[in-house]
Amino acid sequence: MRAFVVAVFAFLYLPIALVVLFSFNAGHHASEFTGFSTQWYGKALSNPFLVEALKNSLFIATTSALLAAVAGTAAALGLQRVGARTRAVFDGLLGAAIVVPGVVIGISTLVALVQLFGVVNPFLAELWPGDQPPRLALGYGSIIAAHGLFSMALVAMIVGTRLGSLDRNLVEASSDLYATPLTTFRSIVLPQIMPAVIAGFLLAFTFSFDDFIIAFFVAGAQTTLPIYVFASIRRGVTPEINAVATIVLVASVLLVVLAQWQLRRRKQ
Amino acid sequence: MSGAGHKPDPGNATGGQWPAGTEAAFSMRGTLLRKNLMTALLLAPATLWLVVFLVLPFVAIAIFSVGERAPEGGYQAAFTLAQYANLPARATAFWNTMVLAPVGAFACLLVAYPVAYYLALRAPERWRLILLALVVIPFWTSLLMRTYAWMYVLGGRGIPALLAYVGIEDVRLINTPGAVLLGIVYGYLPLMILPIYVSLERLDRRLLEASADLGATPLSTFLGVTLRLSLPGVMTGFSLVMILLLGEYLIPTLLGGGKVFFIGNALVDLFLQSRNWPFGSAIAITLVLVSVVVLIAANRISARLSGARRVDLI
Repeated sequence: MRAFVVAVFAFLYLPIALVVLFSFNAGHHASEFTGFSTQWYGKALSNPFLVEALKNSLFIATTSALLAAVAGTAAALGLQRVGARTRAVFDGLLGAAIVVPGVVIGISTLVALVQLFGVVNPFLAELWPGDQPPRLALGYGSIIAAHGLFSMALVAMIVGTRLGSLDRNLVEASSDLYATPLTTFRSIVLPQIMPAVIAGFLLAFTFSFDDFIIAFFVAGAQTTLPIYVFASIRRGVTPEINAVATIVLVASVLLVVLAQWQLRRRKQ
Repeated sequence: MSGAGHKPDPGNATGGQWPAGTEAAFSMRGTLLRKNLMTALLLAPATLWLVVFLVLPFVAIAIFSVGERAPEGGYQAAFTLAQYANLPARATAFWNTMVLAPVGAFACLLVAYPVAYYLALRAPERWRLILLALVVIPFWTSLLMRTYAWMYVLGGRGIPALLAYVGIEDVRLINTPGAVLLGIVYGYLPLMILPIYVSLERLDRRLLEASADLGATPLSTFLGVTLRLSLPGVMTGFSLVMILLLGEYLIPTLLGGGKVFFIGNALVDLFLQSRNWPFGSAIAITLVLVSVVVLIAANRISARLSGARRVDLI
């Protein structure tokens, strides 16, 4: 059985290792390694389209993860204070936000937003005093909102789990000692759930940064890094994409390891 | 969610003409309402998000799915089941998905179970967390990049080039159903391992000892105790993988090379290229309904065998 497990881990990691290895290839060809070079990283980082896509992705991932961390934490705290029925409705919706395939989230958000903009834009044009009324359109906002849905549900789930294992004695002791609810929250609850909030933020960031399919539908004229990479891959495999893939993989691994470390910290 | 708009003015209670205790009752009511207000405020952002970006979009595609396609593409209001009647037009996509999703999920399960078993019951204590992290990390790294890695391995300059080197020519690996299946197993393996691991880890080891003490062979202990008690984890993993596969787009596109169409491919085509939104919506609604059926079936099976378990995705 151990041999089988070793083989599975090799299966999981060898293809990735190969991509990383060939990102340092001096030559052009994917089949032979002709020497060590970082030229493809230089090429990738001097490609203006790629850098633009990378910046967009960083902006979108940061914003959606921040919003999701706040909204998800608030939701987890709020759900501690409601009845079983309300809680079940929320749990169901949050679960759906996580489980529904990205392609369905993408198209339904696309349809709803296009309809919404179709109604709102004429109004804006009517009400706007100047010549150039703002027009709502697909773009950063729609990607951030659509990514935020999954991320918020994820944060609510992670923080909710942590709240469930919170030491109630401390909370009771705090209020017995006449601490205000706010003080109790700040000095007892928040420090205990903070690792979960941070882990949720990091995973939300990773999700948004890596997501292709949702952004593909709601990006409008914007490009994110996965959309750019997808378009390039369809034109063929190049060492430049290997370099980008390596950067993305290393970044994701760091974020996930950091998130796991946050969750395991102070688990006792 | 209630009470946000009905905050009483406690000042009303003062003045002396009220019966004794009213003041206290009002102030208690005020505290209660303040508590409700706080709860409402905490839940407001999540509610807004869930309604605007989950419930309303779903209602929108449900309405679109009974509409008609406008001549220039897009949507025209109508009430017709024509879009649903037209579903057989995409029979190939449905067929491929409905075959490769369960087959892929089952293949995933066959590979995942021994790994989860080893991690939960056999791995040395100091290795367990590291190995578990090695399972979780791929789950949270870009599926696009991981699928790209296989384009690399299976493509003309990967394994086929190696095979040509030892004299086996003209092997075609990429752009085949086999490549898609491989990509599926690779992509979703971590998601299958985790819930099975969780259910095996919670297993009461004394049951295994008891079974052995009572003279059961290792095989019958495995079948009667281990496998049976880990079935909720198996069902969770299987249904999650299966549902995500129903909507998969990247793997068939990149490893199937336009030869293996999934429902996801049909949806991308209908929404972004041929712009037949009502028909696409009907397909999406069907997809969601199939997912719900899969989930309910999995839940029923788990619940019958033992209490359903939550999965931690990290």
